[in-house]
Amino acid sequence: MVDVAEVAPGAPPGMAGGPPPIPEFQIVPLRGLILVAIVIAALIVAIAGNWLWALDFFHVVGGGMWTGIDLFVGFIVGPIIGRMSIAARIEFSTRFMPKMLLLMPTLVTMTLAAGWQLARHVGNLDAGYHRHGWLVASYIVVGVMAVIAIGLLEPANLAVLFELKKPQPNPELIGRLMKRFIYTAGITGAMQVATLVIMTRIAT
Amino acid sequence: MSATEERTLPPVGELAIATIALVVVGGVYMAAHLPKHFSLVIPIIDLAVAVGLVLTNVVLLSRIRPFAWRTFFLVGKWALAGYVVISGMLVYVFARDHTPAGPMAVLAGMLATFAIDIPMLFGFSVARFQEPDRTD
Repeated sequence: MVDVAEVAPGAPPGMAGGPPPIPEFQIVPLRGLILVAIVIAALIVAIAGNWLWALDFFHVVGGGMWTGIDLFVGFIVGPIIGRMSIAARIEFSTRFMPKMLLLMPTLVTMTLAAGWQLARHVGNLDAGYHRHGWLVASYIVVGVMAVIAIGLLEPANLAVLFELKKPQPNPELIGRLMKRFIYTAGITGAMQVATLVIMTRIAT
Repeated sequence: MSATEERTLPPVGELAIATIALVVVGGVYMAAHLPKHFSLVIPIIDLAVAVGLVLTNVVLLSRIRPFAWRTFFLVGKWALAGYVVISGMLVYVFARDHTPAGPMAVLAGMLATFAIDIPMLFGFSVARFQEPDRTD
C-alpha cells in the first residue's frame, strides 16, 4: 500500500493525446504515521489523566481543524478541483489525498474522544443539562457526516489513489470518483455550518 | 473483461453503508441516554440487524468470482488496523467513564461491527476497479 507509483508508460508525459503524467506518491504517507501515533498517545494520556485543559485543547483544536478543513475543501478547494484539467486533478490528488487519508480520521478521533470526555467532565452529558438537546443534535450531525465521509467520500478517495497506481489509469473513472469526492466534501462542509451553530450555542 | 468495465456486482457497498448508518443510529441513541439507565432493547435490535448485514456482506463477497482479492485484503488489513485504533479509543473512553456493563457490551459490539464493516467497504470499493486475481 505504500509502493511508489510508476510514471505512466506510452506517450511522453503531458504530450497531447498521451496519458497524463503521474507523480510518485505513497497512498499512506509513512512519515505521517509517526505524527498520528504521537497525537493518539497524547490523547490517551489526556483522557487517562482527565486533564481539563488537555481535553479542551484536543477537542477545540481537533474540532476547529476538522470544521475548517471540511468547509475549505467543500466550498473552496472542491469547486476549484472540479474546474481543473484531468492532468492537473491527477497531480493535485496524488499530493492531497494521501495526506487527507491520515489527517481526517486523526482529527475526528481527537475531537470525538476528547469531546465526550470533556462533556462528561463538565457535566454536559447529564440529561438535566439545560442544553442537552443541542448536544444530542451535535451527535446527529456528526453521525450523518460520519456516514457520508466513511461510506462515500473515503472509498472514492482510496479508489482514485489505487487507480492512479495503475500503469494505464482510467481518466473517466477518476473523473467520476473525483466528482463523488467533491460533492460529498460539499455536503459535509455544509453540515459543518450546523456544527458551528450547535457548538457556539453550547458554549454560550 | 477489464476490471474497469462496469461489472454487475452484489450490493456490498450499499449494505456496508447501511451498516454504518445503523451503528451511527445506535451510537447516537445510546450517547443521548448515557449516563442514566435506559432500555437496551432498541440498541440490541439495531446491533443485531447491523451484524446480520455484515454477515450477509461476507457471504455476498465470498461468492464474487473473479475478484481482486489481493487488493481487497491489502486495503482491508490497513483499514482494519486504523479502525481498530479508532474503535479502541472510543471503547477506552467509555470504559474509562465506568459505563455500566450492559450499555458497554452493546457499545463495544457496535464498535466491533464498525471496525469490521469499514475495512470490507474500503477493500471492496478499491478491488472492484482492479484486475481480478489470476487464480480466480
